[in-house]
Amino acid sequence: MRVGVITFPGSLDERDAQRAVKLAGGTPVALWHGAHDLEGVEAIILPGGFSYGDYLRAGSIASHAPIMAEVIDAAHKGMPVLGICNGFQMLAEARLVPGAHGRNDCGTFVRRDQKLIVENNNTAWTTDFAQGEEIIIPLKNADGRFVANADTIKRIEDNGQVTFRYVGMNPNGSLDDIAGVSNEAGNVVGLMPHPEHAVEPGFGPDTAQAMRSGLDGLKFFTSVIQSTILSKA
Amino acid sequence: MSTHVADTVDNAIATPDKVQPYGALGLKDDEYAEIRKILGRRPTSGELAMYSVMWSEHCSYKSSKIYLRQFGQKVSEKMKEKLMVGMGENAGVVDVGEGWAVTFKVESHNHPSYIEPFQGAATGVGGIVRDIISMGARPVAVMDQLRFGAIDHPDTPRVLHGVVGGISFYGNCLGLPNIGGETYFDSCYQGNPLVNALSVGVLRHEDLHLANASGVGNKIVLFGARTGGDGIGGASILASDSFDSTGPTKRPAVQVGDPFAEKVLIECCLELYREGLVEGIQDLGAAGISCATSELASNGDGGMFVELDHVLLRDPTLTAEEILMSESQERMMAVVKPELLDQFMAVVNKWDVETSVLGEVTDTGRLVIHHGGEEIVNVDPRTVAIDGPVYERPVAYPTWIDALQADSADKLARPQSGAELKDQFLSLVASPNLADKSLITTQYDYFVMGNTALSFPDDAGMIRVDEESGLGFAIATDANGRYCQLDPYQGARLALAEAYRNVAVSGAVPAAVTDCLNFGSPENPEVMWQFKRAVEGLADGCLELEIPVTGGNVSFYNQTGDAPIHPTPVVGVLGVIDDVARRIPSSWQDEGNNIYLLGYTRTELDGSAWAGTIHNHLGGVPPVVDLAQEKELADLLQGAAIESLILSAHDLSDGGLGQALAESVMRFGVGARVWLDEIIERDGVDAATALFSESTGRVIVSVPREDDVRFLGLCEARNYPVLRIGVTDQGGEDAKLDVQGLFEVSVAEIRQRSNETLPKYFG
Repeated sequence: MRVGVITFPGSLDERDAQRAVKLAGGTPVALWHGAHDLEGVEAIILPGGFSYGDYLRAGSIASHAPIMAEVIDAAHKGMPVLGICNGFQMLAEARLVPGAHGRNDCGTFVRRDQKLIVENNNTAWTTDFAQGEEIIIPLKNADGRFVANADTIKRIEDNGQVTFRYVGMNPNGSLDDIAGVSNEAGNVVGLMPHPEHAVEPGFGPDTAQAMRSGLDGLKFFTSVIQSTILSKA
Repeated sequence: MSTHVADTVDNAIATPDKVQPYGALGLKDDEYAEIRKILGRRPTSGELAMYSVMWSEHCSYKSSKIYLRQFGQKVSEKMKEKLMVGMGENAGVVDVGEGWAVTFKVESHNHPSYIEPFQGAATGVGGIVRDIISMGARPVAVMDQLRFGAIDHPDTPRVLHGVVGGISFYGNCLGLPNIGGETYFDSCYQGNPLVNALSVGVLRHEDLHLANASGVGNKIVLFGARTGGDGIGGASILASDSFDSTGPTKRPAVQVGDPFAEKVLIECCLELYREGLVEGIQDLGAAGISCATSELASNGDGGMFVELDHVLLRDPTLTAEEILMSESQERMMAVVKPELLDQFMAVVNKWDVETSVLGEVTDTGRLVIHHGGEEIVNVDPRTVAIDGPVYERPVAYPTWIDALQADSADKLARPQSGAELKDQFLSLVASPNLADKSLITTQYDYFVMGNTALSFPDDAGMIRVDEESGLGFAIATDANGRYCQLDPYQGARLALAEAYRNVAVSGAVPAAVTDCLNFGSPENPEVMWQFKRAVEGLADGCLELEIPVTGGNVSFYNQTGDAPIHPTPVVGVLGVIDDVARRIPSSWQDEGNNIYLLGYTRTELDGSAWAGTIHNHLGGVPPVVDLAQEKELADLLQGAAIESLILSAHDLSDGGLGQALAESVMRFGVGARVWLDEIIERDGVDAATALFSESTGRVIVSVPREDDVRFLGLCEARNYPVLRIGVTDQGGEDAKLDVQGLFEVSVAEIRQRSNETLPKYFG
């Protein structure tokens, strides 16, 4: 399965997302922000980073990149799209997922191994998780505080669009401890923590068993491959 | 546009007696006279600007050159084997095998970081990263070595928050994992913090690029950010003056960084290299266009013609002199074949990087610069970039050092009872220099790029270079200013030994050295003596260990008023590991494994963290350094790593065995039972010495019981002193460190004491 990873000026974790796709058994395809071409991919990842230096607002300028026209169109037609960190900010700016992001409440960049609970395993990117499963994946951002108005919060809570919640501690002041959300259809998911950094033994978060051995992020990528195969069946 | 008319060469000839402000630009009378002699006339104002920045201490190494030569002279054949590029280029390059090379360097940005901590530190990262890019490498990691004033001084939070914020902002935004570093507090750095930044890059052998302008007719291209008024004269004014509270404000001289522009520049440069579009390349750092043009020309065919009007400006009112001196960040200068220029432009346009062609390489042997159609510079570039002044400054044995060395810590009261030992153990754990640094390190991303095998709080950072084979490098830096104050020769060797050991405990083989030599004013003969001794110590040490110094940086004038900082030679050691999967963690993760102490413990408390923290004492002579023994130890650890005999290894340094045990139980929350009796008996020391002495050549390792015999066999075969001093115990909420017969302390309490110190002052 071909999974596109888009590089924007200032993208940082795009090669990590490509590696994660590969380790999950997919074929990563590098896409360029300036092209109007999805090159026949079946799913898309908007990677982490500081696209356009986070100028104006994080994710704002990138959400208007040429390729985003095709991404938005494909998302509306049901193609799985995952926005990680800066990619989540782009999805929110492009109105593909609800909410917005503010500066972390502590005022600084935060990097930590973060515990999350999977609140909805019925999205394109979460089917390999158990409902309510607790996972640890790295978090690293400066503008990670999820915000939305009260009506939106109620709506997404009622709809099951809250996909991930922070457990143990809320690292950035996000409302309702929300770490990730989906669109109504569940094909578009955005989250602040970085699943692509918990896919390879020796390079992930620490676990009780061994240093840097956490692999909880891998299921994001196996989920989308699995759910795409099932949708074709 | 500016109404300022640049001083031309013709004008300089016509007006030989014009008074020029060379003093304000940092040039001495005899230096100005020398410039006039070289040119056979007075310099134009543009030439004066160029000479003044390039002959500054920061750019010319005029006070240090005669000593730095040792790094090139004290070398064995073995030290040259893996060295692809040595000192003098933007950064050294080391062959790490499989067709890969690693380039690395540490540099100071001390003075800007005191004036404007955020931008000073941010642009420090930006500058060292550009040095790495200009070697043809992809930057893959950064580290920073920070020294602040006293933790409880009212100005320290301003500096710390600014510096850490600047490093976090710039490094994270570049997508470079920050994999380690140092943070120290000492009142000697109060008015002059040290902000050193290190970067490492990797490249294939064939991608190596050098800073030279060769090939007559090749184009000189400036690309990246536009040139503005920031950092004008920064190099000469900031690096040549000490801070004086009564002096005028120097804020405008600090550059402002834009990491987004640099990130795009990195990717753009790497694509240019891949496509083979660049003949030579140089980053623009200190002294901006003056430095880049004169260095490129000096290292190449010797001639260059540049039209300054083609420089893209952020501020159109800049004068020619300001354009020549501007230190605007995120700029590079490339030498491009004319037939490849279109392809070059296609790549920079793809990345939206602004670019202009300034001129071309010539065979005249002269660097000629025009502005407004007139010749404003016509010099031999070597006289600017290479043949600057060289000083043999007066050196004097410090009047105070004999008394300081006679004031040993041996007379200080040592704890006797278990309760006293526990109390002092926890005081050390909580002391600013040993306490947990998460408040700082959680602001750095070490995950990005997905190749970080080790990072803080491990003893060394480690990065995978080749995803197929697992080939990687480890890197650690160290410096102990207190030891260097007591004895700069031994202090430098101690820094080298500790960095070397930190790389060895990770399972890597030490291969090369970089250094950042932070000292007071070279015009003070006692400081010059400290510098001379430290360089001798480092050069002798490197020869003994047979690892070459590949490059680095000297930072003088680190003082407030007449009080210099402690000599602080930061030494970085790079090691190579065949497969990062064999890396050794710094701490144990399971119970029931044996803990061994390698090496002897002597009564070496002079200059120790114990003497400083418990008694506020600094005196005596630093611990003995036996580099042959360090080499043995590194070989032993490497052997153990290859045979996978050890589960963890942790270097003993600041705070001694006590601190190493504390860090080991805190890392994964797994406790330990430890006994000191055998150390006390074998080495003839007391319990306090066993816990707090900082003797070198020591490491604690944990070994699974089934590998005991093989491990001990390895130690015996090498005749390395080894003692079983404990076993790892259970983890979880009840985990504790039990120093048998003396004291017991819960891991929770150790953590609490370690974790509360920095937030108390900076939270």
